[in-house]
Amino acid sequence: MHNKSLKELSHGLKNRDFSSVELTQEFLKRIKQHQDLNAYITVTEDLALQDALAADIRITNNQANPLTGIPVAQKDIFCTLNIKTSCGSKMLDNFKAPYNATVIEKFNLTGAVMLGKLNMDEFAMGSSNETSFYGAVKNPWNPNKVPGGSSGGSGAAVAARLAAYATGTDTGGSIRQPAALCGITGLKPTYGRVSRYGMIAYASSLDQGGPMTHSAEDAAIVLQTMAGFDPKDSTSVDISVPDYSATLNKPLTGLKIGLPKEFFSDELNADMAKKLTEAIDEYQKLGAEIKDISMPNLKLAIPAYYVIAPAECSANLSRFDGVRFGHRCANPVDLTDLYTRSRGEGFGKEVKRRILMGTYALSTGYYDAYYVKAQKIRRLISDDFKNALAEVDVIMGPVTPTPAFGIGEKMSDPVEMYLSDIYTIAINLAGLPAISIPAGFINDLPIGLQIIGNYFTEAQILNIAHQYQLITDWHKQTPKGFA
Amino acid sequence: MSLTTNDVNKIAHLARLGIETQDTESYAKDLSGILDLMTQMGELNTDKVEPMAHPMDQAQRLRPDQITEENNRDKFMAIAPQTEDGLFLVPKVIE
Repeated sequence: MHNKSLKELSHGLKNRDFSSVELTQEFLKRIKQHQDLNAYITVTEDLALQDALAADIRITNNQANPLTGIPVAQKDIFCTLNIKTSCGSKMLDNFKAPYNATVIEKFNLTGAVMLGKLNMDEFAMGSSNETSFYGAVKNPWNPNKVPGGSSGGSGAAVAARLAAYATGTDTGGSIRQPAALCGITGLKPTYGRVSRYGMIAYASSLDQGGPMTHSAEDAAIVLQTMAGFDPKDSTSVDISVPDYSATLNKPLTGLKIGLPKEFFSDELNADMAKKLTEAIDEYQKLGAEIKDISMPNLKLAIPAYYVIAPAECSANLSRFDGVRFGHRCANPVDLTDLYTRSRGEGFGKEVKRRILMGTYALSTGYYDAYYVKAQKIRRLISDDFKNALAEVDVIMGPVTPTPAFGIGEKMSDPVEMYLSDIYTIAINLAGLPAISIPAGFINDLPIGLQIIGNYFTEAQILNIAHQYQLITDWHKQTPKGFA
Repeated sequence: MSLTTNDVNKIAHLARLGIETQDTESYAKDLSGILDLMTQMGELNTDKVEPMAHPMDQAQRLRPDQITEENNRDKFMAIAPQTEDGLFLVPKVIE
């Protein structure tokens, strides 16, 4: 059951081949069997079985939606009513959210069954899932490698079939990079497409939630539930949501694909370049035209991002003060001591580093040199994309410079870790949608192909991804021991 | 650009963020490394570029001036570290 697509699962449930309770039990059993991956922070077994029972009744009454009765796992960044919502941090280890995120409400309404909450880098700050208070997550393809981050638990859980699908969030690559390193499909929607209400904020002008699934076909179904205007999120965009599954089968004849020379420079690993060229050849067979393009400001995306994101994080994380919720230090002598020690004890090293960096970039005398400068570069990068997407329909490139790296390999040098985001963060700065789809293996580790589209063209991106998945089977591979 | 341990302590104070004395040196080194990365931005002339704060340059949407929030005081009090009579407790601020 655990290897079926969402469409097959939905069909099987409606056909009474199996019940939602049976399906849920199957996944709960697998979660227990593979606890060593450390993909979950919280497993909500009792609640899941209750939800499954309710879903079965709904299915019997012919009131099922495409996701009714299918088990999902949620990144632990989404607030879940009365259920621990840790965001991977000691700061929120004791936090049971007093309300549901809009995304969670939407899954509840559709009758999805929540298996639990997934491990992640602390406050979504990291590219390897090693900054989590709950420990590193192992990559199902090789337990000595990282699953990527920050949605590393989501990547590992979907790859290992410990959930039928999962959610993730992407501030600088946190959906696409773990999707690539775990061999699954991960879509970061356009900024404003999915509600951020109840999604714990890291960098508010960049954060966006999205689906992490086995295929583009599955991602279309999940995004259908997640997307839409939310009056509770002031950055939510009020435009209609198309039927993402309806256009999956459009032929790609005449599609114009742009390949930025900055993505395919000599710095790109030769094996990676070869695999991506093979994937792009497949698109030519499908009738697409390839065009070389240039986006000269892409190289400044990393410095701009690592000013803007920490600046926004330092402001967002000031809410964790030990007064209203979360960790509080013992016996504070005065208010400053309460703030300083609660925050000092509650946050891990990478979060502290980014708070310090952001505080510095926003402090008197440095604001113009760092923050304003970074915002200006953000515009130049965004203009590069605008110009490119006026010439071509989509842009393709790598997701990561290399396949999954070793656990512990990059933890000592933050700059080296930041550089692993080089192909993903520019997309967040521009606010564009992009997907990572499995495109082969290097040394038995999966790699991803990135497809970047114009604003609100998720349907087209999913169509392009799906057509590739019809003629390849990279996305159907299962890591050894998880079949 | 390089930061001293003294700079780190000043920034940590601005952020009301406790850091262990033995870690100050490594933060100074890490932050200096990150700031070196930032200096690349200086290579580009951006004098005539308008800063971009929002991916779609959207203005903040306004909502009608209506009360929509429910009173959740008890729910919020229940998850607070220390409360009394519907108030959050903190150490004494005024003598």
